[in-house]
Amino acid sequence: MAPPFRPKWYFIVPVFVVTAGVLVPIVYLFIRAFQAEASLLADLLLRTRNLHLLVNTFLLAAGVLAVGTAIAFPMAWLTTRTDLKGARFLTLLGVLPLAIPGYVMAYVLLATTGSYGTLAHLFDIDIPRLSGYSGSLLALSLSTFPYLFLNLRTSLHDLDPSLEETARSLGYSTGAVLYRVVLPQLRPAFYSGAMLVGLHVLGDFGVVSLMRFETFSYALYLQYSASYDRIYAAWLALMLLGLTGTILLLEARLLWGLLLHRAGTGVSRKVQFVRLGSWRIVAYPLIGIVTLASVFVPVLTVFYWTTTGFIWSDIGAALLGSVSASAPAAILAGTLAVPLAYMSVRAPSAFTRAAERLAYFGYATPPLAFALALIFFSLQAVPWAYQTMGLLIFAYAIHFLAEAIGPVRSALYLAPPTLEEAARTLGSSPLHAFFTATFPLLERGLLVSVAFVFLSAMKELPITFLLSPIGFETLALNVWGLTSEALFGAAAPFALAIMLFSSLFVGLLLLQEKTPAGR
Amino acid sequence: MRNVYPFLLTFLVLLSACGDGGSDPLVIYSGRSESLVDPIIEQYKDSTGSDVEVRFGDTAQLAVALSEEGEQTTADIFWAQDAGALGAVHRDGMLATLPDSLLRLVPTHFRNDEGTWVATSGRARTLAYSPLRTDTADLPRSIFDLTDPSYNGRIGWAPTNGSFQAHVTALRSIVGEDSTRAWLEAMKNNGTKSYRNNTAIVQAIADGEIDLGLPNHYYLYRFKSEDPDFPVEQTFFAEGDAGNLINVAGAGILSNTDQQEEAVRLLQFLLSRDAQQYFSRETYEYPVIDGVAVDVQLPALNRLEDVAPTVDLDSLDDLEATLELLRDVELL
Repeated sequence: MAPPFRPKWYFIVPVFVVTAGVLVPIVYLFIRAFQAEASLLADLLLRTRNLHLLVNTFLLAAGVLAVGTAIAFPMAWLTTRTDLKGARFLTLLGVLPLAIPGYVMAYVLLATTGSYGTLAHLFDIDIPRLSGYSGSLLALSLSTFPYLFLNLRTSLHDLDPSLEETARSLGYSTGAVLYRVVLPQLRPAFYSGAMLVGLHVLGDFGVVSLMRFETFSYALYLQYSASYDRIYAAWLALMLLGLTGTILLLEARLLWGLLLHRAGTGVSRKVQFVRLGSWRIVAYPLIGIVTLASVFVPVLTVFYWTTTGFIWSDIGAALLGSVSASAPAAILAGTLAVPLAYMSVRAPSAFTRAAERLAYFGYATPPLAFALALIFFSLQAVPWAYQTMGLLIFAYAIHFLAEAIGPVRSALYLAPPTLEEAARTLGSSPLHAFFTATFPLLERGLLVSVAFVFLSAMKELPITFLLSPIGFETLALNVWGLTSEALFGAAAPFALAIMLFSSLFVGLLLLQEKTPAGR
Repeated sequence: MRNVYPFLLTFLVLLSACGDGGSDPLVIYSGRSESLVDPIIEQYKDSTGSDVEVRFGDTAQLAVALSEEGEQTTADIFWAQDAGALGAVHRDGMLATLPDSLLRLVPTHFRNDEGTWVATSGRARTLAYSPLRTDTADLPRSIFDLTDPSYNGRIGWAPTNGSFQAHVTALRSIVGEDSTRAWLEAMKNNGTKSYRNNTAIVQAIADGEIDLGLPNHYYLYRFKSEDPDFPVEQTFFAEGDAGNLINVAGAGILSNTDQQEEAVRLLQFLLSRDAQQYFSRETYEYPVIDGVAVDVQLPALNRLEDVAPTVDLDSLDDLEATLELLRDVELL
């Protein structure tokens, strides 16, 4: 029997901070929305075009999820459960696509295909330019599969093999073990990853606008950017949030009452690796193709741009800016994620789950709306905080918090509460018990959380445009500015810097992963 | 020894307090990219010794942010990529009337009626085409010829782009609302493809996705400077045709600035020979003051003014109606 859950300050403060951070944009959107004129509003919202855009969005999200899972699951399984050589390195490669901004990936796909593309120039392969649904699907799948990959991988690492061994001893075939024992335990990880991918697709306009595929977020972007309109944009943003709310409710129902940790006594057994043997011939090329398309082609294409017009610029200041905002934001997000995930897993109730879900609303709020809301709010309430680093870091952390929650939550599902209870009975305070018994089991998940938020913050644009201190530079701002002026040669060093330093940071984090005994 | 530390601390605190004594920097919100304007801003800072800080961003997003900030904005100057954004900020009542000394520097059609913003450089709308797949004899003489079935599926435009919207506003004032609507719908029915921005149009022509496009003139020069063999060319429509339009990038001063004089000085600098020469040579744009040589690659400005229809740029503020039209025909 778990001890009764008593809200302490270390739960209340994070919940308060996150709630405030997420509600401010939502309140702002409502305020702006109700400034609308009813007749014009009806015209704008009830257009059949919006329905068409919504359908497009769903189709794209479903496609990206399907393709992403098809890539991520085999990769996750191969790098954790088989004797594949170089699993760590392949994991890094599987994370690197997150270092590449989505629109850069789209530019790369566009630059590779077509009669003026790199394929045409280097190999005389003239294929029609990627565009529309297929182009968007490819660009987004390659950019977002790491969310699924890392979430699944973290869970696969932490699974208790004794369940599988028990199943084998009861006569289940390998396939049945996979289907009935392993996959169900991966549900929380899969749902978090899928949520991130889904919300990412919902909110993306960089890729879809380049690929000319019209989705709902495109409509939103048009309202803000082509119409200078904050009022009708607010309505579209609220519709987007309504959509998110529905998806969250669905996910909550699917996860209700899920119990995945060891209930009995004993220790987790060592994992037995599957020997690949001759399947190696299939495994390596498969992973090879994925990393080629998602990492090497973008990096090499950007290198190719540098040869066409290389201009050295002051990358130092931009790099410092990017890292000085992204790293603290990532750590803050991780710090906030742990109490939220803990509450929702250990003491599930409507309140705790709502608090955790709130983070996803923050992620789903269009970043431009988020930034405008914080401008509005900080100027009214805390003008001294306006355009300071502190506000920027806070904004990043709250907006990307949802990415941080998933891996920690999945790890918590698999961590037995009995360890903590044992520590409590031995006299530790709740906090001490948590840090000695459960926290070490969360480390892997937490590292992934911090990595996700860092990578996202490094690429972020609208919030950085509007909330950063004046004169503040980031690598992403430079890449965006230069690519939109067709100065690809000049943009290339900045894009490469983003990829390089993001990879270094993530590589460093992944190195911290303690390999359990026996690997 | 212990007595040194309090002293040192006080010294450091005093030092940091003294550090930024003096006036606040002049703050510019610039929709123009850093790569394009940084050199000229640096030149200004070097020559006058004043402190200027710039927030770079997307013109439209900055315009919306300015509206959101309202009177509490920290910006002193707004430098936009197109007149539409300036119009939007002007409509919110946030721009100050500029002094005559400044307004006199540019011809009347390069500023708005109320005198709240001035152009800093000009950009021409052109017809870009693929020389490999289009005969010069087959090129349309007028922008209205593009609805011909022979161009079906071969044209690209960018309805979300500020310059395109300014162009549609101009069309509305030249040929009227109904004709403009008819043209937009006919173009849609002719399979015209919508791109995100002008860069994308030019790239699409090179890549073989389309054969003709309606971008601004300077993008092609940027591509050509990186690859002289870039397979795209451009031309104007027939003289006086509504397809030729000069649009401008421009700047205005925010009305609640506390550095009016400084701001005016900066705008005067942007309209000086040095700065205008820079825009002509380095960013391939048209200067807006008299007596500045145009880059040899560009058709002369006076020739351009001959080929462009006379449109009051102030009417380019009338963005609302244009946006409604574009939404109506489902281009937005």
